[in-house]
Amino acid sequence: MKKTVRNRLTTALLSVGILTATNGAIAAPTADEIVNRTNYVAYYQGQDGKAKVKMTITDEQGRERSRQFVILRTDEPQTDSLENNAYKGDQKMYVYFSRPADVNKMVFMVWKHPGGNDDRWLYLPALDLVKRIASSDKRTSFVGSDFYYEDVSGRNLEDDHHELVSTDDNYYVIKNTPVNPDLVEFSYYTMYIHKETFLPIQTEYYDKNGVLYRTNKTLKVDTIEGFPTVTKSSMENLKTKSTTLMEYSKVSYNLGLPKEIYTERFLRKAPKKYLR
Amino acid sequence: MIRKSALLTILIAVPLASPIQAAPPALPSGLSSGSNNSPEMPAGLTSAPSLPAGLSNESSTSDAFSNTDDSEMPFSINGFWEARGGHRTQSDPYERGTSIGETRLQLEMQKEFEHFTANLTTDLLYDTVDRDRHIDLEQGTGWLDLREANVEFSPVDLLDIKLGRQILTWGTGDLLFINDMFSKDWNSFFIGRDEEYLKAPSDAIKTSFFTSVANIDLIINPKFDADRYIDGRRISYYNPVMGEISGQNAVIETDQPDGSEVSVRIYQTVGAYELAVYGYDGYWKSPGGFDMTTGLATFPELAVYGASARGPLSKGIANIEMGYYDSKEDSSGDDPLINNSEFRFLAGYEQELIKDLTMGIQYYLEWLMDYDNYRDTLPIGSHSRDEYRHLLTTRLTWLTLNQNLQWSLFVFYSPSDNDAYLRPKVNYKIDDHWTAEAGGNFFIGKQDYTFFGQFKQNNNLFASIRYGF
Repeated sequence: MKKTVRNRLTTALLSVGILTATNGAIAAPTADEIVNRTNYVAYYQGQDGKAKVKMTITDEQGRERSRQFVILRTDEPQTDSLENNAYKGDQKMYVYFSRPADVNKMVFMVWKHPGGNDDRWLYLPALDLVKRIASSDKRTSFVGSDFYYEDVSGRNLEDDHHELVSTDDNYYVIKNTPVNPDLVEFSYYTMYIHKETFLPIQTEYYDKNGVLYRTNKTLKVDTIEGFPTVTKSSMENLKTKSTTLMEYSKVSYNLGLPKEIYTERFLRKAPKKYLR
Repeated sequence: MIRKSALLTILIAVPLASPIQAAPPALPSGLSSGSNNSPEMPAGLTSAPSLPAGLSNESSTSDAFSNTDDSEMPFSINGFWEARGGHRTQSDPYERGTSIGETRLQLEMQKEFEHFTANLTTDLLYDTVDRDRHIDLEQGTGWLDLREANVEFSPVDLLDIKLGRQILTWGTGDLLFINDMFSKDWNSFFIGRDEEYLKAPSDAIKTSFFTSVANIDLIINPKFDADRYIDGRRISYYNPVMGEISGQNAVIETDQPDGSEVSVRIYQTVGAYELAVYGYDGYWKSPGGFDMTTGLATFPELAVYGASARGPLSKGIANIEMGYYDSKEDSSGDDPLINNSEFRFLAGYEQELIKDLTMGIQYYLEWLMDYDNYRDTLPIGSHSRDEYRHLLTTRLTWLTLNQNLQWSLFVFYSPSDNDAYLRPKVNYKIDDHWTAEAGGNFFIGKQDYTFFGQFKQNNNLFASIRYGF
């Protein structure tokens, strides 16, 4: 008899424990909260930012190609606040290429409108030509690398349904399913988001047959001016067996970049002091 | 039916199952893991990824990002070396079979000083086709072509000045120019040099003012810079005096004006739309007149007034541009030896059709003013131009092999002149330095005297190899 009482007590205590644990889970952020936070950390930290980027593309046969550019970014929203996702909004980007030689001094400029078509320009220095370029499929290769245009500039959160599938010591695991599957080549992708920093550490893309075919990995993180920042990442395409390594240097935030940088004036005359 | 539903189950089940099967990543360096006493996942269910560098517990050994800077040189130097060869695909009685045969070293130097930047771009050229010519920096002949030699500075915040030899471009057309009155090199374009050589340099003072209302570019060429026009030396053309296609047997000799040129553009971006108005006061850039007493071709006075708009439309980019060409020395159009005034118009649209395949189309019109006077005074026996010259263009660009192999085709077709010009090209980036290219220039025309038809003996194929540094 005693045994039974004891057992009951144990059961009750355990139940409380489970309940507490459940309560803890409820207090944990929702999938939408997590992806919003990740979107902020990955693309919107600081009012503006700068990074020098080196890309190394290695194909199936081990042949390497590289790209070097400086990227400047300014957010339209004047706040970094996560409340009501106030940080989110239009962004402007200025990408100044230095390598390889045939794209030296070329500039790619984007006025990004999440949810709409971006405005893009290309400046070709040898012709002094400011070319307006048609907005392309956002899931096409960025400058011939394994990263897509959307990987570099950010995918609109409203384009996917987000579901928190599991949580462990380090990660929130989010499954993202496209709202309109016809527009994309994947059926879903899974993100491992670091619980403390909300940085996406690994993203796995599954094709229409549910087969993993593309993996993005964060290889190095540095805290720069208080912002946890990915300084080395890779994208591997398992179908083409091509991998791109992306290394960031000279990262800085809140430089006070003038808005005028993102105009024709500075396409034709690169703002050197901000590109060093 | 059963099979179908089974398939559906699999399709649904597989994606749902996968997140569990997938191995979570290791934390990168720079990220620390939380209390890492969670049990290992059993075999088969594999565990989450480990933290990357920077997130692991090890004291954040931020070995700082090595500044992989190209060591700070006193000045930057870039450029390329290339060899390019080409041949006519038919014989031309007045030109060599070799349409292009040259090797070129381009050196591009830039030096930043405290208050200004200096740019110098020189092309050293060994040309087997035109080898006897002396250096002419205006026409770009000889072993040296000075592309750029200028200084840039901003005396005040809202003002940019670029002084010296420079390449200048504006306007919205694709290989069609209405308000861009800066020098073009039509010979380079037709013999298969890189597209950058379509633009010839100008010796000019460019002053740009930037205000919140509008931006203003004012460009003064103290001395007239002509196009590197078709003169018969390399490209055969229709000679109206001889009444036939001519080449080295009838090289055009010109009398160039000493006067200056002024170009103005006032522009502003409104929302996503780029609006501009333009003005030009100078001369026809390629010969537009003929002096009977000297027998020289001339560049009569010309003023151009125009406007353009460019912006997003549907899934692409649309542009529209127009210009009125006021041929000031023949304002009534009754001088048969000087070009009449013209109204020019173009409308274009470009869109990505499918991934990595882009198409651009344009409609272009040249409307000859005072057409009756032109017809009435036209010398007997001359072929008259149409009052309206319509032109359609298409550009197709297809990127393959991770954008390393680019196929392109540009077609000009005139239904009114009944002629066409095709520019197919394939470009392969072998690696970060080497590029190989092959292409052609094909002119089709029933008549010898239409704009593209006159070049039909210049059809050519070319190939090149380039090393960039």
